[in-house]
Amino acid sequence: MTQYHKYDVVIVGAGGAGLTAAINASKTASTAVLSKLYPTRSHTGTAQGGVGAALGNIEEDKPEWHTFDSVKGSDYLGDQDAIEFMCQEAVQTVYELEHMGLPFSRTPEGRIAQRPFGGHTNNITGKPVQRACYSADRTGHMILQTLYQQCIKHNVRFFDEFQVVDLLIEGGVAAGVVAIEILTGELHVFQAKSVVIATGGHGRIWEITSNAYTYTGDGVAVAMRRGIPAEDMEFFQFHPTGIYKMGILITEGVRGEGGVLLNNEGERFMNRYAPTVKDLASRDVISRAMYLEMRDGRGINGKRYLNLDVTPMTVNKYAIEDGRTKPDGSPYVVTAEEILAKLPDIIDFARTYIGVDPVSEPMPVQPTAHYAMGGIPTNMFGEVVLDKENTVLPGLYAAGEVACVSVHGANRLGTNSLLDIIVFGKFSGLKAAEYAREVNYQTLPEDPDGFSRQQLDGILNSNGEENAADIAREMKDVMFDHVGVFRTEEGMQKALDKVLELKGRFKNVKTADLGNMFNTELLNLWELGNLIELAEVTTVSALARKESRGAHAREDYPERDDVNWLKHTLAWMRDGNVELDYKPVTITKYEPKKRVY
Amino acid sequence: MQVTLRVFRFNPETDKKPHYESYKMDAEPTDRVLDLLEYAKSYFDGTLSFRRSCAHGVCGSDAVRINGRNRLACKVLVKELKSKKITIEPVLGMRVIKDLVVDMEPFFEHYRSVMPYLVNDEPPPSRERIQSAEQHERFDDTTKCILCACCTTSCPSFWSGEDYVGPAAIVAAHRFVFDSRDRAGAERLKILNDSFGVFRCHTIFNCTECCPREIEVTRAIGEVKKAIASGKLD
Repeated sequence: MTQYHKYDVVIVGAGGAGLTAAINASKTASTAVLSKLYPTRSHTGTAQGGVGAALGNIEEDKPEWHTFDSVKGSDYLGDQDAIEFMCQEAVQTVYELEHMGLPFSRTPEGRIAQRPFGGHTNNITGKPVQRACYSADRTGHMILQTLYQQCIKHNVRFFDEFQVVDLLIEGGVAAGVVAIEILTGELHVFQAKSVVIATGGHGRIWEITSNAYTYTGDGVAVAMRRGIPAEDMEFFQFHPTGIYKMGILITEGVRGEGGVLLNNEGERFMNRYAPTVKDLASRDVISRAMYLEMRDGRGINGKRYLNLDVTPMTVNKYAIEDGRTKPDGSPYVVTAEEILAKLPDIIDFARTYIGVDPVSEPMPVQPTAHYAMGGIPTNMFGEVVLDKENTVLPGLYAAGEVACVSVHGANRLGTNSLLDIIVFGKFSGLKAAEYAREVNYQTLPEDPDGFSRQQLDGILNSNGEENAADIAREMKDVMFDHVGVFRTEEGMQKALDKVLELKGRFKNVKTADLGNMFNTELLNLWELGNLIELAEVTTVSALARKESRGAHAREDYPERDDVNWLKHTLAWMRDGNVELDYKPVTITKYEPKKRVY
Repeated sequence: MQVTLRVFRFNPETDKKPHYESYKMDAEPTDRVLDLLEYAKSYFDGTLSFRRSCAHGVCGSDAVRINGRNRLACKVLVKELKSKKITIEPVLGMRVIKDLVVDMEPFFEHYRSVMPYLVNDEPPPSRERIQSAEQHERFDDTTKCILCACCTTSCPSFWSGEDYVGPAAIVAAHRFVFDSRDRAGAERLKILNDSFGVFRCHTIFNCTECCPREIEVTRAIGEVKKAIASGKLD
């Protein structure tokens, strides 16, 4: 029997964006948070290096510099009004986190500690600036914990292990969501005035990824099935430093603390690709440089990886070369103890998974699928917008990685994802509650759980021959090979053909678990269906964009083309096919220019 | 190398009592136990159920017993295990829902009972509160907790009475009791001084030994005990 619930605001997802929305919405509106995981399992907890805010605790910094760096980092595809808003709000929002109890690492004066990160610069000198506010190398963990703790304090209502499978829209207005309770297999209809989607990204499309098993693009897939477009899906970030073969993230904070990337000749090759900021160039630039090094035979031992070296000897050597100093002007020198204290989790990961001790030897790394710049289109208040005119869908909000504001454009700067979730989580939550105060509940559509039942029954009744794990592996392989760091028409077409073949084969998948209680196979299959659709949307969007910009690097169109392509992609899924349109980028203060680091 | 995965199985919809099933498979020494579970689910039996998410020891979803010890399945490599026969069972002291999935609600109830959030009603400054590096260091270790429940479900005192708040909840309390910005230390210590509180701990050290985050759990519990006994937070 389907159960019914009614809340002013329903938030889908309990990572940083969802929890921040919940804290803010629940102040004035009845609020429920639905999450397929226990909130503290959310992917925010894996973020490591820091959250960007121009506090200026260690050296001069200002939100204007942060804004420009983010615009430049986005390769001018980010909407500048939204980026400016985010960077201005950053300072206050980080203080709010501190006031909530977030245990930031501290400077000798007792202020929030900050470290350099890729693409964040002093706009006068062009040198790296210390802007990433951090808690050792577990900043995301501390943000997630602190937000969840505040939700407990404020008695936020959670529905843990509820998987949302459909979004209800009636008469062009949000009406609620439908979720399956994982424990019992029962469906629940949540009627709501406002729905906030905060379900995170979809890196599981690719073979080598830093993303959790559960990062399967549920929010975008659910929204697209209800006619909402996905924006800029061709832009997916490959983080330069994932553990070789495993993809586990090694924070950019390692390079912030002075670590460098070395090729098989022991050369610090970023000197050649980004002479000013070197290993602290933005992520797309470094991932491409790594590919080129490996292509030209300079991978370590001829293999597809490079060395990330944070041993004190190496760090101190290059600190002298770079003329890096401490805040008091003395030369920058680190000890093994300091590395251990600042990067404890990284040390632990390297020791556990590859048997490497980073204070005495380098770590083998390769680019790893990391972050979706694209997603559900929103304006800077988190309201979901439907078309090139930015028409708002009343009552529907999205925030965090699932959303595309767009503040990251074609390439996100490190530390701006944690910033995104707390800033836009906050404003979407406030806006959702404000809207809920003004309106009555929208009527539920007829047979509200019908489409959910149809989807899930389709999987449960699927008694074909196809093995889901094989389908997933084939998708991940082809996407990593051909819709990865470098792309070509031929490769992407091959990927698209494969993904369409897999989409067909998926209809013939074999289902073993027909039970109601804790049927994880049912959920995993439903998630795989989402991934395949988003792989298709990603590839179709990428094939159409005949230029190179940010994370979308085409060997056949190597230059950025502002005349034809300074615009956002919008992709709809209509009758099983992807349809594309475009909308303009908002440019306020910064005219596009060549991007050099 | 070939390994045999021997897994605790229980389907509440069809089974009267649990049983074990074995799956033989090829494994690399560097495979995570979680990789083997995923392989078994993908190629032997799709009904095999367990929780997992991040797969690198940060989210805390996949606490299970591996060859008798509480571990995260994603943080144990095949080469670390002495035996090629790997037994995987649900953690102890919690109701089994299905296979390796246990009911986590009582665990989170204990967590919520110790006021696991910063309490400070003084108006905050316009910037951050000042906290020295030394003050931060005082509770740094217990901020690492990922609520995986390895510690609590390895504790004989918890096994003998699940009303005991357990090590994880005490770690959460410790994180705030010793935070210089917090003002509810006395209240939390009062909660932990009751008959289901901190004095149920008999310093057996199972919790410390199995913590995947290497938190010195027993030491944290000891500091809370001492604070209760002395009435002082030093």
